[in-house]
Amino acid sequence: MTLAPSFASTLRNTLTKDLRLEWRSKDAINSMLFFALLVVVIFSFSFDLTAEESRRIAGGLIWVALLFAAVVALNQTWARELRNQVLDAYRIAPSPLEALFFAKVLGNFIFVSVLELLITPLFIVFYNLRSIGPSYELIIVSILGNWALVVNGTFFGAISIRTRSREVMLPLLLFPISIPAILAMVSATTATLTGEGSAYLPLVFLAVYDLVFTILGLFLFQTVLQAE
Amino acid sequence: MSSKLFTAFALMTLVLLSWGLYEAMIGAPTEATMGAVQRIFYYHVPCAWVMFLCFPANFLASIAYLAKRNAAMDAFAVSTAEVGLVFCTIVLLTGPIWGKPVWGIWWTWDARLTSTLVLWLIYVSYLMLRKFSIGGPNPVLAASLAIFGCIDAVFVWGAIRWFRTQHPQPVFGGGANSGIDPRMMHAFFVNMAAFTALGILLVWLRYTLERVHQRVEEAHAMKALGGAQ
Repeated sequence: MTLAPSFASTLRNTLTKDLRLEWRSKDAINSMLFFALLVVVIFSFSFDLTAEESRRIAGGLIWVALLFAAVVALNQTWARELRNQVLDAYRIAPSPLEALFFAKVLGNFIFVSVLELLITPLFIVFYNLRSIGPSYELIIVSILGNWALVVNGTFFGAISIRTRSREVMLPLLLFPISIPAILAMVSATTATLTGEGSAYLPLVFLAVYDLVFTILGLFLFQTVLQAE
Repeated sequence: MSSKLFTAFALMTLVLLSWGLYEAMIGAPTEATMGAVQRIFYYHVPCAWVMFLCFPANFLASIAYLAKRNAAMDAFAVSTAEVGLVFCTIVLLTGPIWGKPVWGIWWTWDARLTSTLVLWLIYVSYLMLRKFSIGGPNPVLAASLAIFGCIDAVFVWGAIRWFRTQHPQPVFGGGANSGIDPRMMHAFFVNMAAFTALGILLVWLRYTLERVHQRVEEAHAMKALGGAQ
């Protein structure tokens, strides 16, 4: 029998704790939702689009809105652990830190998925969208794209809390790294919405991107958290 | 470090750069269709080359730092990142200067331009992280970001090639009509050698500076510890 908690129990406990905290306070989801709503409204004021034009650019707009909004939640994910020195407790705890990272990624994935579920109908209404390609592809894009954003976002969140002006630092670190993923998401979304070209290649690309950066994040997280 | 060796290397770099300048401006013939503006090629490509030496060196130094926690490796990583970024900036500036008269546009979102720009963004964020870390530069965080950045560069390359269209033929080995005049080739190689030497010189200088800086920091820390006793 070992004293150290297992990967699964650390994962489960951290995740349920985060979900419970969020359920009670609704800090992340409310601020994300309102922020995304503002971005969508401002975009739709800024452009006066026909149905054809909006199909062409909606892929870019919605992912930019979601990226900006996700940063709001990602900034809170580690900042919340700074209160009462919880993060220091994690550092010295014998529980596997990879499980902590994975739980945070899953938590953020759930938050951003909820945001997507709430904001996408609004987007469809504001921009009069109707997909010409197969719409189930949009679900795959949103799952893979969402994962790409939160896995890197959670990792860089752990780095940015170690800097001055950390809330500004996270997007500065996250956005350059996310550019290839964003290109793939936008490309897949636009291909599906306009029905021109196939979303297959960007989806495979996103899946590989997700896999590589999840492994890299799990691999380097302990190093980053323990960095002096 | 031996200062004599450094002086000799610096002098050699100076000679090479002067020779390169002569070859690029006077020695090489003027290009038939583009005219004199083509001469920027003798600076643009060597700078890109130095950049492609610096960034992988930064990647390897970052891995080595995480594995060994050797301060010298961190000094090497920051030197190559800074020098690489300077050369990357020159590449991004000289490109449009050439592009405007030849292509008729300053900028196009083609594969190589876009990936260079993204690489530039990644390294700017790397240096910002070093600058903004609490309690001085944090080598572990910086090295982790460098590893993420380099692996990301592979994805940037792929993403831009597949999801963005149009890229011009490479000048060398791009087909039957590619390749250049032998005198141009000569000027080009002199400048390649000169800029490689300049890159090494700058990294060397920056590395020495960073090592001195590290020793000063260490001495301060030791003094503070001694004073507390």
